[in-house]
Amino acid sequence: MEITVKQENQILTVFLKGELDHHTAISVKDTIDMLLVKTPFKVLVLDMAGVTFMDSSGIGLIAGRYNRVRSIGGSMKIANPSFSLTRILKMSGIEKLMKII
Amino acid sequence: MQPINRTKIEFESKSANEAFARLVAAAFAAQLDPTLEELADLKTAVSEAVTNAIIHGYEQKPGVVKMELVLYPDSIEVTIEDQGVGIEDIEKATIPTYTSKPELERTGMGFTIMQTFMDSLDVQSAMGEGTKITMKKVFHKK
Repeated sequence: MEITVKQENQILTVFLKGELDHHTAISVKDTIDMLLVKTPFKVLVLDMAGVTFMDSSGIGLIAGRYNRVRSIGGSMKIANPSFSLTRILKMSGIEKLMKII
Repeated sequence: MQPINRTKIEFESKSANEAFARLVAAAFAAQLDPTLEELADLKTAVSEAVTNAIIHGYEQKPGVVKMELVLYPDSIEVTIEDQGVGIEDIEKATIPTYTSKPELERTGMGFTIMQTFMDSLDVQSAMGEGTKITMKKVFHKK
């Protein structure tokens, strides 16, 4: 899984590329959690345009980061999920917690 | 209905094999010319079942996961089996958002996704013996 990062005006955007499952979620989680500690931000945007597959491990990853971001007073958004990712996001109720843009 | 093709693979309970298993299932199902959405459903359900075998069945310890794929003219039947710890209470395990491992950021969504994305799901499990999940996906449903 490829991870790139952009930081602008207190918005931390993390671009994910590849397949997000239990195997890849472990390293993505560690990378994002490190960024959350090191980078000053108010909003975390998870850009999923490049994610070609996601199962419930992806939901766990998003929910876990949401809790972490909230605990330090920030907010979180999901950007550009594909049709099949959107279906899983809706099924999980994640869309009630954060904006999908 | 008689099966038209069948295959069986077994692999180590390593998380890298989650992608391998779902790609094998999708490649085998491709013979029936499913839609992209049907293939995505199948891949997601297989990924959930294999992840469950690795995390819950074998508790991330070494083991062997078996996957059997049977093609019918209109559908695929997938069986995923482990010889791990087994599920104590299947009814509880299949409740949406119930998870026995919240510390691993599991969501308890696995069985819900399998039920939603496939047309049937059967779970057989015995403590100390393992778990066998059989699910079917019908393609080109009208």
